[in-house]
Amino acid sequence: MGTTGLPTNITQGSRTKGGIGESTLRPDGTLKVTGEFAYSSDMWHEDMLWGQILRSPVAHAEIVSIDTAEALATPGVYAVMTYDDLPTEVRNYGLEIQDTPVLAHGKVRHHGEPVAIVAADHPETARRAAAKIKVEYKELPVITDEASATAPDAVLIHEGRTDLPQSQLRSTGGTPTIGHVPHPNILHRQPIIRGDVSAGRERADVIVEGEYVFGMQDQAFLGPESGLAVPAEDGGVDLYIATQWLHSDLRQIAPVLGLPEDKVRMTLSGVGGAFGGREDLSMQIHACLLALRTGKPVKIVYNRFESFFGHVHRHPAKLYYEHGATKDGKLTHLKARIVLDGGAYASASPAVVGNAASLGAGPYVIDDVDIEALALYTNNPPCGAMRGFGAVQACFAYEAQMDKLAAKLGMDPVEFRQINAMEQGTALPTGQIVDSPAPVAELLRRVKAMPLPPEQQWLTAGEAADVRQLPGGLSNTTHGEGVVRGIGYAVGIKNVGFSEGFDDYSTARVRMEVVGGEPVATVHTAMAEVGQGGITVHAQIARTELGVTHVTINPADTQVGSAGSTSASRQTYVTGGAVKHSCELVREKVLEIGRRKFGSYHPAWATAELLLEGGKVVTDGGEVLADLVDVLGDEAVEVEEEWRHRPTEPFDLRTGQGFGHVQYSFAAHRAVVEVDTELGMVKVVELACAQDVGKALNPLSVLGQIQGGTTQGLGIAVMEEIVVDPKTAKVRNPSFTDYLIPTILDTPTIPVDVLELADDHAPYGLRGVGEAPTLSSTPAVLAAIRNATGLELNRTPVRPEHLTGTE
Amino acid sequence: MDFLRPASWEEALAAKAEHPTAVPIAGGTDVMVEINFDHRRPEYLLDLTRIGELYEWEIGEETVRLGASVPYTRIMEDLRPELPGLALASHTVASPQIRNRGGVGGNLGTASPAGDAHPALLAAGAEVEAESVRGSRLIPIDDFYTGVKRNALAPDELIRAVHIKKADGPQQYSKVGTRNAMVIAVCAFGLALHPSSRTVRTGIGSAAPTPVRAKTAEEFLNAALDEGGFWDNGKIITPSVAKRFADLCAAACNPIDDVRGTASYRRHAVGVMARRTLMWTWESYRGTAARTEGVA
Repeated sequence: MGTTGLPTNITQGSRTKGGIGESTLRPDGTLKVTGEFAYSSDMWHEDMLWGQILRSPVAHAEIVSIDTAEALATPGVYAVMTYDDLPTEVRNYGLEIQDTPVLAHGKVRHHGEPVAIVAADHPETARRAAAKIKVEYKELPVITDEASATAPDAVLIHEGRTDLPQSQLRSTGGTPTIGHVPHPNILHRQPIIRGDVSAGRERADVIVEGEYVFGMQDQAFLGPESGLAVPAEDGGVDLYIATQWLHSDLRQIAPVLGLPEDKVRMTLSGVGGAFGGREDLSMQIHACLLALRTGKPVKIVYNRFESFFGHVHRHPAKLYYEHGATKDGKLTHLKARIVLDGGAYASASPAVVGNAASLGAGPYVIDDVDIEALALYTNNPPCGAMRGFGAVQACFAYEAQMDKLAAKLGMDPVEFRQINAMEQGTALPTGQIVDSPAPVAELLRRVKAMPLPPEQQWLTAGEAADVRQLPGGLSNTTHGEGVVRGIGYAVGIKNVGFSEGFDDYSTARVRMEVVGGEPVATVHTAMAEVGQGGITVHAQIARTELGVTHVTINPADTQVGSAGSTSASRQTYVTGGAVKHSCELVREKVLEIGRRKFGSYHPAWATAELLLEGGKVVTDGGEVLADLVDVLGDEAVEVEEEWRHRPTEPFDLRTGQGFGHVQYSFAAHRAVVEVDTELGMVKVVELACAQDVGKALNPLSVLGQIQGGTTQGLGIAVMEEIVVDPKTAKVRNPSFTDYLIPTILDTPTIPVDVLELADDHAPYGLRGVGEAPTLSSTPAVLAAIRNATGLELNRTPVRPEHLTGTE
Repeated sequence: MDFLRPASWEEALAAKAEHPTAVPIAGGTDVMVEINFDHRRPEYLLDLTRIGELYEWEIGEETVRLGASVPYTRIMEDLRPELPGLALASHTVASPQIRNRGGVGGNLGTASPAGDAHPALLAAGAEVEAESVRGSRLIPIDDFYTGVKRNALAPDELIRAVHIKKADGPQQYSKVGTRNAMVIAVCAFGLALHPSSRTVRTGIGSAAPTPVRAKTAEEFLNAALDEGGFWDNGKIITPSVAKRFADLCAAACNPIDDVRGTASYRRHAVGVMARRTLMWTWESYRGTAARTEGVA
């Protein structure tokens, strides 16, 4: 079943080149590396205007007045719009709860909230005009944490809430109620209760408790939010946009514009990364509003500073964990409380809560579990989707707990985890039986078995130390003094796909015809290619299923059905599954044509299992029956079909029981760090990863996902954090000067060991890859730093202050 | 915003005299960030990139006259023997692209306490050659930094060059940032041994409103080295002396808490860097002293 190391050039018996299992190269790769790729910010249109957003300088305030006169009078300005200028009664949007005003109405709830928009003939004119808009604010007290959110006199962030997340509307038959939360400033709450924690506690020989703090991480995608809205003659608008899910945007945009969805035509433009940060709308509605108001194309491009205010971040969290174990190392119980800060608007918070709760126990067998996860409404920046989505925060806490338990029991931390590791057939705390491979113990075994990197790699033949190999790097802070090595392990569990009863489908239109004397397949989906390599995989699937060499991937747009979101590690599974499904239907039609035309020439047309390979119709024995060119002739075969994975169900509101997730993915890391214990500087020397991917459709892309996820996890371990002032709820570091992400010198070697244990429920047995490595990377680094320093370290990211007692 | 493009140094001085609010720009690695972030909108930008002599340096008997726009990359690659401390500091500046454009003149003009060159200049000993249509003068580096992002230049003056003492002994430079490359200093420390005058000089960055020397620490160490005859006997510096020096360097800081680090950490880190750079330079000096024993 499994293979060791990274498989390459597996052809699955297909004689068609470039099919699944091969590391075909991405068409956008060279263009991106050489700077020639056209991103959404590069678009240009004759006569276009530039849009600019005026944002709130304060976190919580009543808007007393807005005076746009001076801005409007600025030469070159075509339009200034505020809430009062919105064209319909639909003035809010949101992924699950429509609580986000298109433009602030009477109140701003977070630093950087959009208040007004301007269109002008030059970006600088637009910027200056926006600065001339006079907004009078009357500041309100800020709510920044659970205590201030639920205090008896707390101001309600959203007064008169009647919302309920979609998943729960379904489970309550659509009755709006906020009875599932104990306070209107609590956005969402999900308990998971299984067994009896007090009984588990009785059985425990040791109990460990911990309080953990997880900082606010930014997706830090390289291409800031941008797009171009072009008004059309039919009164509609064409929007060229970088997003993660065209149809979700469309569903939110069209009602605000007062247009039917078919008059808002969206086309994906070059996306410079996403990581969850483009699931929510940013400038989409603003650009369309200005384009429709002025009758001219409007382009909006955020700069980096604005980008930090223009998208949601990863939820910061406080996590309280209590675990027990018997003296022979079996986990007895878990009691956990996970408090996520959702910020001012809901975004994806309900689903993030669902993940944190349902995956809060980690990949372990624990019978008695009581978990409560909740998200707060505060005046902090809104938080939502980011790679790992609720599971990341929980993994940081439960993995720290595993190390504490192992230490208390005097056991090896890997062995302790292996004793408790879940496997296929394990019932999770949600009651869901995991019905595909769950090689948790094996992944740990593999990372532990990898050779360790040599000690003291900074020593050179000459006198001088190679400072690049040391904490501090070229800053030359140590030549080996104070440097201590540490090793740490972690493993995590992430769901794949949309959960909790969501109708998670995708659509693929596949066409096959003869072009220039060759059979060609065309694949058209609305899948957002955000850098994950989906378009490469779609071409591979089409080649494998249809036996063609040439595959054309049409641009993603809303002229085809929804593909769902490029998130939740789901696109290869779901849109890949849709492409496979539509290809299979095309193949059937092609074979029907073949039977009609050539059936009488060879009995195998009627009797044998037929395949399309290498441009020909062949029997499963390999006998060629016809050339596809001859079968198709002048005919074109086209299919557009939706495809769904098996359904999930919502978690019970009270107990959290339910078949909530369609698939799980697992990764384990071993981190090797060197810490300058005097200066508190950390060098991550190596992050070894083992991950089960079910089936590597494109092994090179799989490697890229694992390395990228691992590095993003390293970032939140040692440097990445949006710092919000607790007194004002204002962001203190909205730039790459002070929001640090790892450079290549901070990125360690990342040896990767890929397992391929097929999930029989999934197309080709594949397992979503993108997020799992982001989970375990962070706690592995933290464990290694704890191992080096002996410090408890209950928060991430770790700063030099935490390692030197100088907070 | 008007963009002034003088073709010669004389034209540049004339333009600055005519428009004293003009902001000089060479590499643009500081000024353009400020403009892009809209932190400032100067009335005039004075482009110095056409003035070739600003990109040149001369190695004299005692000093290097370093043109204001000589990029950090050149300092790292061509001036390491003469200016080892500044070369180490140059290594820590941002990215290769920035090091190809930025120079010491910009660091001095901006006079940010976080400028990477300052501690190295303070430790080595330097004078800033400032010029205006009224004439030229040399400003000792100790008098150059007058406040947060303020310096001793008159409104009509431009920085022509920096005269930096050629190293007469080992020099070191350390910088703490929370990333292993491309990072603004949380704090930085420069140290230079001057065997010819039997003195030690220091420079501290990002730990006070301006770059500063740890003068009390220098005086303590100068006295301790003198007293023990260390310059002659090349003995190992005792841990207690090193610790006292480190503590005095930390005490010379007057840092703030900000998003990059706490005041307490900055003080602590300056102490650690002071002790380590002292040990590194002194070990290096002892090696040299041992080799040249017969000569002394």
